[in-house]
Order: sequence, then structure tokens, then C-alpha cells
Amino acid sequence: MRFLNAGDRALLVELDVKTGAEAAEAAPEPARLYRALMRDKPAGALEFVPAARTVLVRFDPALTSSGLLAARIGEVARAMDDEAGAAGDAGDADVLEIPVRYDGEDLEDVARLAGLSVAEVVARHCAPVYTVAFCGFAPGFGYLTGLDDALWLPRRAVPRTRVPAGSVAIADRYAAVYPQASPGGWNLLGRTDIAVWDAGRQPPAMFVPGIRVRFVAATELPR
Amino acid sequence: MTRLELVILAPGPLTTVQDLGRPGLAALGVGASGAADRGSLRLANRLVGNVEGAAGLELTLGGLQVRVDGVGDGAGAGAAIVALTGAACPVTVGGRSVGMNGPVAVRSGEVIVVGVPTEGVRTYLAVRGGVAVPPVLGARSTDTLSGLGPEPVRVGSVLPIGSETTGFPVVDQAPVRRLAGDAVLRVVPGPRADWFDPDALRTLGADPYVVTAESNRIGVRLDGPELRRTESAELPPEGMVRGALQVPPSGRPVLLLADHPVTGGYPVIGVVADADVDRAGQLRPGDRVRFRVR
Repeated sequence: MRFLNAGDRALLVELDVKTGAEAAEAAPEPARLYRALMRDKPAGALEFVPAARTVLVRFDPALTSSGLLAARIGEVARAMDDEAGAAGDAGDADVLEIPVRYDGEDLEDVARLAGLSVAEVVARHCAPVYTVAFCGFAPGFGYLTGLDDALWLPRRAVPRTRVPAGSVAIADRYAAVYPQASPGGWNLLGRTDIAVWDAGRQPPAMFVPGIRVRFVAATELPR
Repeated sequence: MTRLELVILAPGPLTTVQDLGRPGLAALGVGASGAADRGSLRLANRLVGNVEGAAGLELTLGGLQVRVDGVGDGAGAGAAIVALTGAACPVTVGGRSVGMNGPVAVRSGEVIVVGVPTEGVRTYLAVRGGVAVPPVLGARSTDTLSGLGPEPVRVGSVLPIGSETTGFPVVDQAPVRRLAGDAVLRVVPGPRADWFDPDALRTLGADPYVVTAESNRIGVRLDGPELRRTESAELPPEGMVRGALQVPPSGRPVLLLADHPVTGGYPVIGVVADADVDRAGQLRPGDRVRFRVR
């Protein structure tokens, strides 16, 4: 674990995350640390922002210093690893199910590029339990890890100017659901009617870092 | 009881409602947004007796014309108290010239006309009671990147005035520093200074950079000496902060402002000290910036 200054009011915590092929199996460490820090907030910390292999920690310099904070974060991380070693990761029971109608515009292209049938693509997309590793790109846009590596495909060469809200998509080693209509270059597999984002709801985002998600094929969507 | 509201007659190039933003939601992909020059918004609020975080208007290169209207019983009576801070503009109220950085009474039916600033880029208009449009995720701030928050102000927009006061105006005129000359911004190196040529931090601090026209609330795009990268790997996305100097492949830094994306994939060579970030929010195309690397 490395602590890097990000100005005079933030610290970037870089975790020892596996890269390349090993990363598929690796737990999303930044999301785990994010949840541990949210449970056991170091004094003076204002906000934690997990990403691919870092957690950004914004702090109030009147209440703490980067040195004190680094020491406390180190303790939280060690306690988290001890717990994980002793009891396995908590929250296995809570898996958010997202019903999907698999009729996406890129479904056949994905099948062809992956060398699979459309049915196999759907089966492989539904099989894993995903974890929201981090959010970005747009409010409520979660990057879900756990995608079957047969489906690791690059983004489309030409992004679409408008992808509808609720689009279920994949790109690189991530799965996602577009929270709102936006431009986008991910491969579209289908649609869900579940509102993963609603600015008027508390909390507004369904995909919070660390949440576990499963996609379920539904010919008829509920509601 | 008379209620007062602001009716927009001309919005200028870009006027948005801003308060101090919605920090704390970046983990959900929601940026903080808020006034690009927080100190100027706070000052404007204090001058009219508001809580510091009340919502006001952020004008980009002036050009705003706004009428104060009374509604309800006794419409036509009453007066609003306003104050303008930030980039200094010529201002008239009901045809009379008024100054910046002090409270001004505007009677119902009178029009505030704001000209164009000669220094700085963002002018703040606070009104006693605050702009009371509905908050989104706890803030009355337009995030120009994500589209969250109130719509940018248009001709005919009607903005209710709230009651976020904390006392009465007590100062006639606040002393403020001019925005003239090269901006000098202190920089804390990192988090990715080690992705650059060992001389890059010295290069950053040596000659001034020039603000380009492709600058907005998301970031200030700078032109100047190239900051050479030595690490050619792709940076996985990581959390960004306001004031970060993100360096795209061109080697010319982009200084992130209020509506910056919550994560970014270009390395950050250094971050402008928080105390100097408001000054960065006043940089206009053509301005020169000097970085003082700590």
C-alpha cells in the first residue's frame, strides 16, 4: 500500500492490486477498503473515492494530517485483511438481482467476436456474481467486476451519441448498466427497467461500491 | 405578504445557480460542483446577511440582466438586497451605477444590468434570502458535466428568493484584491509526479502557461512548455480533486475546476493548493499563470 499526496487536502491510497489476467479473480480491493473506511471512519476524513486500484481520501486539514490519516488507514486495512482471513467476506447473502431483456443491438456482434452463440453469451453474462468496484463516468454508473473473460471485448470503435437509460452493457473487463441516457461506447447486451439511478431517491444510486449484483434473463420484465 | 423573485431578462454567455456544491458523493459518480470561486460566493452571501452556503448566480463574462419582481399581496412593494463579487463588472440598478462588493437595494420592478468584466471571468450575484430553486441531492448547483442540478438560467427564468438569512448586512463595502497580473498558484507535487521526466516539475514552475479558449467549469486548458512523461503505461482511472493538474498526451496540463469528472485516466503531476483554487476559477482565456511548486 502506498500513500500519495493529492494536494493539501487529499491522499491517494494505492493498493497492491493484481493486474492483467490475474485481476479477473482478484477481489475489488479498493471497494473493500472503501466499505471498511465507511464503517470505521478515521477522524478528519471527509470522503472516500474508490477507483480501479486506488482510494482517494479527502480530509479536513484542520482536523487531521496526511501522516495521521495514512497511519489510521493502514490500521483499517490490516483489520480488514484479518477479518477476511478469519471469516471470509461478509455480505455474501445480499446480491442485487437485475432482470434483463437480452435484445441489445450489439448482442450478435458480441457473440461473433467471442466465438459463442447468443444463448451462450447470455448464459455467461448471467452466471457470475459481480461486484461494483467503483463508480465514474456519470452519476450512478458502476463498473462491475467479475465478467467472464470470454466476454472481455474492447469498446465499440465508434461510440454511440445516445445510449438509453437502463442499457446493460460490457466493455473491457467490466459490466455496467447505463444509469441515464448518455453517449457511450460500450457493447449493448440488453435493457433493464430497474432504475439504477434516481436523483430524487435516497440513496440515489443502487450501484454503490462493494454491492454485489447478478443479472437475470427475463423475457417479460416485472412492472 | 410580498414575495420577491428574480426574472431573467438576459442570461449573458452562461449564468448558472451555484452554492457550495454537493461534496461527499463522488463514490457514487457524483461530482461536487458548486461555485468555481467559492470565496467570492461566500463574500457575496455575507454582504447580504445570508448563510455562506446560500445559492447565488454565477455569471460567466457578465452580461446578465435581471428584474426583481414582487408577487402576492402588495406586489410592486418591497426591495431585494443584492451584492456582486468576483470579476468586477460595470453594474447599474434602475439605471443608477452601483459598485461591486457591497449590498445594494433593488426595488420591485427595477432591473439589474451587469456589463462585461475586464479582469477575471466569474461574477457572483447574491440576493438576501438566497436563490431558492429546488435542491438536487442537497445542493442548488448546476453541474455542467453531468447535468445534475438546476437548468442553466435562460431568458424568462423565474428564480424564487428564499429565507436563508443569518443576520443583517453590516458592511457597506468589502475590500478585495484585484485579479490583475499573472496568477501565481502554489502546487503540491503528486500524486503522479513520478510518471514524468525528472525535470517536469521544474518546467512547470519555470515559465508561465497561457489559458486557452477551451476552458470552462470543468477545467482550464493551458498552453505552454510540454511536461514530458517517462511512464508510458495507461493509468487506470483514479479519483480526481479540484485543482489537479492533469496531463493528457499533449503534455499541456488541464487544471480541474468545480465540475471535473470524479475519476480520470491521465496522470496528475501536481495539485494546486486549496487556498489558490478560487483564483484558478477566475482565469480567463489569454491570462498567464505561474506555478510555484512546493
